[in-house]
This record gives sequence, C-alpha cells and structure tokens, in this order.
Amino acid sequence: MAADQNGQRSLGEGAMLTLCNISAGYGSFRALFDVSLEVGAGEAIGVVGPNGAGKSTLMRVISGMLRASSGELVFEGRPLTHVPAHRIVEAGIAHVPEHRRLFARLTVEENLRIGAFLPQARRHYVERSEWVYALFPRLLERRRQLAGTLSGGEQQMVAIGRALMSKPKLLLMDEPSAGLAPLVVDQVFDLVRRIREEGYTVLIVEQNLQQVLDVVDRAYLLEVGRIRLSGLSAELKKNPAIRKAYIGL
Amino acid sequence: MKNELARRLGALVVATLLLALVPLATSDYALHIAIQILLWGFVYTAWSLMGKFGLVSLGHGAFLGIGAYASPLLWNYAGLTPWLGIPIGILAAMLLALIIGYPCFRLRVVGHYFALVTLALSQVALLTIVAARDITGGSLGMTPKAVGHSWYALQFPEKPYFYAIALAVWVFGILIWHFVDIGKGRAALDAIAEDEGAAAAIGVDVMREKLRVTLASAALTAFGGALLSQYFMYVNPDTLSGIGVSLQIVFAAIAGGMYSALGPTAGGLFTIALPEILRVTMGTNFVGAANTIYGALLVIFIIFMPRGVIGLIESRLAAAPARKISKEPAA
Amino acid sequence: MDIYLFEAIINGILLGGVLALLALGLNLIFGVIDVVWICYAELVMCGMYMIFWLHSFFGWPILLASFAAILGVAGLGVLLHLLVISPILGSAPINQLLATGGMLFFLQSLATLLFGTDFRNIGVRLPLIELGDIFISYSRLLAFGTALIGAVALYLFLSRTYLGIAMRAIAQDREIMGLMGVDQRRVYLITSAVGGALAGLAACLLVLQYDVHPFIGLSFGPITFMICVLGGLGNMIGGFIAAFVMSQIIAVGGYYFSIEISYVLAFVFFIVLMFIRPQGLLAR
Repeated sequence: MAADQNGQRSLGEGAMLTLCNISAGYGSFRALFDVSLEVGAGEAIGVVGPNGAGKSTLMRVISGMLRASSGELVFEGRPLTHVPAHRIVEAGIAHVPEHRRLFARLTVEENLRIGAFLPQARRHYVERSEWVYALFPRLLERRRQLAGTLSGGEQQMVAIGRALMSKPKLLLMDEPSAGLAPLVVDQVFDLVRRIREEGYTVLIVEQNLQQVLDVVDRAYLLEVGRIRLSGLSAELKKNPAIRKAYIGL
Repeated sequence: MKNELARRLGALVVATLLLALVPLATSDYALHIAIQILLWGFVYTAWSLMGKFGLVSLGHGAFLGIGAYASPLLWNYAGLTPWLGIPIGILAAMLLALIIGYPCFRLRVVGHYFALVTLALSQVALLTIVAARDITGGSLGMTPKAVGHSWYALQFPEKPYFYAIALAVWVFGILIWHFVDIGKGRAALDAIAEDEGAAAAIGVDVMREKLRVTLASAALTAFGGALLSQYFMYVNPDTLSGIGVSLQIVFAAIAGGMYSALGPTAGGLFTIALPEILRVTMGTNFVGAANTIYGALLVIFIIFMPRGVIGLIESRLAAAPARKISKEPAA
Repeated sequence: MDIYLFEAIINGILLGGVLALLALGLNLIFGVIDVVWICYAELVMCGMYMIFWLHSFFGWPILLASFAAILGVAGLGVLLHLLVISPILGSAPINQLLATGGMLFFLQSLATLLFGTDFRNIGVRLPLIELGDIFISYSRLLAFGTALIGAVALYLFLSRTYLGIAMRAIAQDREIMGLMGVDQRRVYLITSAVGGALAGLAACLLVLQYDVHPFIGLSFGPITFMICVLGGLGNMIGGFIAAFVMSQIIAVGGYYFSIEISYVLAFVFFIVLMFIRPQGLLAR
C-alpha cells in the first residue's frame, strides 16, 4: 500500500506533517494500528472512514491530546511524538475538535481570545480577529453573545475561527459537518474551501465522504484503526469499492 | 453467602475471646488505653459505614457530641438514668442525621457539597454546645454527677467493667459492619457510589439506601460518644464535637482502611497510641505534635495509600482468592 | 431604628467584605482547579502569624510585613498545590478534599507547636470613626474597602486578561485547553498563587481586628464554606452576594442573641436554602 511505502521513506522529507507507524489507544483498547500518512505544505488532505474507525483518535494523537503508544510524528522536520498539546499548538498545528467544544459560557470574542492565548498569537490579536471576522461576518454581529447561544453552524464558525487565531500552519478539522443540518453542512464545506484558498494546509476528518472528496486533494480511508486505501480524491471517487460502501451508488 | 458469614463470624469470635483475656494480664493503664482504642475504633467503624460508599461526612463530630452530651445532661438535670439518656441521645443524633440527610439526598447533594454541608454541621454543633454554656459548661466542659460504682448510673470506677462494655460494643460495631458489607443493601450502595443516576435508573431506591446507612452511622457514632463520656466522666466540646474531631474520625478511618472491617480499629490504635507515646517519650510540652503528625500522615495516606494500612496488608496478602478486590474510593 | 441595630447592620456589611474576599479565593480555586481547599482559613491564619512575627519580632513596618505575608501565603498556596493537590489531581475529588483537611489539621497543630495556644496581637489598633451616634471601626472600614478593591481587581483580571479568560474557560472544558496553547499545570500554579494571595490579603485585614491563635481559622473557615456552597461552588458572583447575606445574619443575630447563636442561625438559614435551592442562590 502507498501509505506503507511512504513510511519507509526518510521521515519528514518534503512533507509538512509525517506520521510513521502510529499506534494509539485508550487503556487496553487499541484504536490505531501502524497508521502512516503524509501532508504536504499547501495540501488539503482528507481522512475518511466509518464511525469508530479511529479518525478522531488520529486527530488527538497529532494534536497531542493523546499519546501514541508507538510510531513517530514529525512536523516540519521536528519530532513531535511525545510533546504536550500546548507545545504542538506553538509549533503551528491548530485543532478544531470534534463536537466543536466551544466555551459555552464565554462570549464569541472571549472564545477567539483564548484561541490567541499563545504569546506569539497575542501580539497579532487585533489583525487576526479582524481577519476572522472578515471571514465570518456573522461572528462580528454576535461577538458579545455567549457562544452557547449560537446556532450549530455559527458555533462551527467560532470553533474554526478560534483555531485560526493562533495563525497555524496546519489546521486539523475533526468532523466539521457532524450534527449540522444539510444546508449548513454545505456552508461548512464552503468555509473549508475558503480556508484552503487562504493558503492553509488542512487535514480534515470526515464521515461525509462525498462532500469531503470535493474539497480535498488526496484522502486516506481509515477502517478499524488501519489505513485501507489512499489516493487522489478523483481516483477515490471512482473507486468501485468506495462508491459501493460509502457513497451509496 | 452463608459460608462467608460463618467464616467472618468465626474470626470475630476468636478475636473477641483473645481480647476478653486482656484484663487478666495487664495494668490499669494498659486497660485505659485499650478501652479508648475500642471505643474510638467503634466510632471510626461507624463512620466508615458511610465513608466506604463515598458518603464522606465531616459532620460526625456533631453526632458524637450529641451522644456524648445527652446522657450527662439528662442525668445531671433530670436525674434520668443513662439507660434512657443514651437512647435519647442516639435518637436525637438520628433525627439530626435525618434533618441534614433528607434534603441532601433528595436534592442530590453529593461529593464536595455533602462534605462541606456536614463540615458546617459539626462546627454548628460545637458552637451550640458552647453557646448553651449555662447548662453545658461551655468550652470548659462538664462532669456527670459521680455516684461511684453503679449499674443504674452506668458508672464504674474499675477499669475491667468498662473494658468489657467497650469490647462488647466494639464487637457489635464490627458485626454491623459485616452485616452492611454482605447485606442486600451493599450492592445498591456500591451502585450509588459508582453512579447515582444509573443506580436510580436500575431501580435502586437511592434515598432509602443512603438514609438507612446514614442513620445507622449517626446512631452508632452517638452511642460511641455516650460511652466515651460515661467512661471519662467528663465531656468537652473540643474533644467530642466540632471539626477537629470530625477530621480525626475521617483520618483514623482512612489511615486504618475504611474498606476493611478492622481498618478503622487499626486507625483507632494509631490515633490513641501515638499521642500516648509522644506524651511519654517527649513530655507534655510537645502537645501539638501528635496532631501535626496526624495531619501530615493523613495527607500522605491519601496520596500514597488511599485504602489504608489494613487495606494494604489485605491486598498484599490476597490470601482468600474468593474475595474480590473492591474498587477504589468513588466520589 | 435602634441605633445599635443600625450599627450591627453596618458592621455586618463591613464583615461581609472580608468574607466575600475569602469566598472569592475559594471559588477561584474550585472553579479553576476543581478542588476545595478545606484548609483555606488556615492559610489566612498562617498569614496572620507571618505579619505578627515580622512586625512584633523583627520590627518590620506593618505595611511591609503585610506585603510580605501576601507573598508568603501565595507561596504557601503554590506549595500546597505542588505537594498535596497535584499528586492526586486524577483521583476521586473527595480525596483531594480530605487531603486538604489533613493540611488543616497539620497547619493548626503546627501553629500550636510553634506559637502555643496564646492569643497574639500585633498591638496596632486603629481608631474608631464616629458618625453621629454610630461608631464604626476604622480597621473594619479599611478591610471592607480593601476587600472590595480586591474583588474588583480580580473581576478585571478574569474578564480582561488572556490568563483570566483562560481560567474561566478551564472550568468549562479542561481537556481542550492544551489545544488553545494553554499549559494547564502553569495555570493551576498561578491560580494557587492568586488564591493564596487573596488569603494573605484577608490575613492583613483580619490581623487588624482579631488576635491570632492557632484555631482562628475555625472562626472563618466553616462560614466561608457555607457561603461558597450557598452561592454555588465556583460561582464568584453568587459567593460574593452570599457573603453579605451571611454576614448580615451573623451581625444582626449577634445583636439580638449571642455570636454563637448567630452562627447557628446562619447555619439553619443555610440548611433551609439548601432545601429550596440546592445548587446555590444563583443556580444556573
């Protein structure tokens, strides 16, 4: 498989983020088995797969919320395997977590400020927040409102905006479309597209395979903790196995 | 279940017979220490009835104080025999437990909140005793009217009498502990300690189970307090009520091991023996040292061995394979 | 109205300021670290002894001694967190509560060992202010004013600074703080220091009004816990309001009955409110 060959290559060469044979789990439960993948600078990569495949676990390992039990993680040539989460943000990886996880009893603006907690981000708070508000004008209207009172789509904007406040090089998005109405899902994918156009490198995890393949350049298929397939989006869309199992055609 | 009960009872009978021989062999001083260990061990055991199910009460000083004051007050002012005074004190403590317990359990006051509410309770009991200084003697304490050797007044200047009483009461306490431990309520209480909502959902009457164990614990604690005041022939709010006593109870039960039948008694052995040893070896000037050491040890125990000394010994031995290792303390 | 009753009410308000300060510190620590420092009032006691020592033995001016005590108690807070709380952060919350209960015992008896049970005072007594027929203690007024300033400063800190917002956020979602670049351990340490400093500040104010003895913590600790539970643990505004309600009950109850009875009344009030509003006065 392609992923395995990638793993054989010298680590981090050419790629922005390289995962090599990452395994991880919770207690005695193993959720990821020898996962390898690469994200090149400027790319948008999808990780797709069914519920419980280990997609969120993968994101948590990358952002340092969960420690990998084995394997290596390299970002811009720097090994990040056992680095705590707050240092990983410093290195330039921001994570939009599953279920958004906003601070519901803080205002929108305060949520954005927390996103800019790092000293390097604080210095650029004003320009960054102006930029985020320009990206999501809706949030400017609501910036004094408690985040918990917003609609699902608006909350997703805040979650993405909060992650962007740290001026990351790589944006991880965990199921941005989960729990949203179909119309809002379309908006969210538009957002992802716009963020791409702004030049961000994006790694996005989704169950919504059809729509995510329209947005990303390449994708990996994750099933029960293992990478099953990988390839360009266009190829995957044509892959009969994927069409049958996930797109329902 | 029957075998388990028989095994436990057998061990208890052997232990009791051995302890019953103690007065034949030793001095009054040793008996004095032994009586205190048994009575306090009884009180600590009463606390652990609640504690081991996650109901951490810092209010047992209040129950102890009510029990300790009721019978001397009734004896001195109404001439009522402790045979009636002690039950009245126990009932009063149970009533107080009900007044505090019912709203707490109905409104699901658990964990931190429960500990803080009961903490305030113990301090209020102390303040009430001090405030009623006209009859209780305030912080100077009071003495039941002495009548010499009397069954009617439950006063025995001779130590072996009280030793026998203390031993019997202690055995009673351990029996209750076992009764709760293997009784039907055990599973329900464990479920409640684990997750109250889930327990209620599977049909456990959370309120009834919690109240039962709380009332039993309060009653036994008050009983212990009554016997302590009968034995010492002196009650003082600082030694038998208030936060200090509440914390001492918690400390002893945890240090000894609140998940084991003999754990709280082991805690009693320690809390009574330590100040005695310090007093004998270092003199009375070092009076605060015992508490300083308790405090530090309490912290150390909670950090490094939350199951206590006896719990640690039990799990080391792990002799009886049938006994499942019970879970870590749940909040 | 009875002039003495009026005086009692005024004194209640002034007492409320200091209690509010204590409640704020306790709520801050609970809100951020999710731990109740049962020994909080004992930290105040330590602060009072520090001032007494520095002032009476080493002859430091009272202001300097007070400043040193604030820093000293902040340091104690950090030590408490490092030595007692952080090793058991992952275990059952009740263990953390009991461990700080052990610290209460420890600090109390250590103070007895070091200073004996004598009542000590720093020998500084501020004058009374006469307003018409009413006498108001200057030290109480000072305590009240300082406590209010402390509360406002804390409010500004929590609403305006990055660290303050992070402290409020951490109570809502601990796990993702790392994703925001926030080092939880550092925030906990800072919170412990701020909580300690507030106890130190309270010590400075109380030492002007009360004699120090090893058990003085018991005069303030239980009432502070009641206030915090009443206001809703971790709810600063609730605690602030509850402090004034409770101090009124104590002051006015003390006027009609005795000081001990007034505490009993406060407790009864507390129990009754627990019936009606178990999650505190200002339940969300």
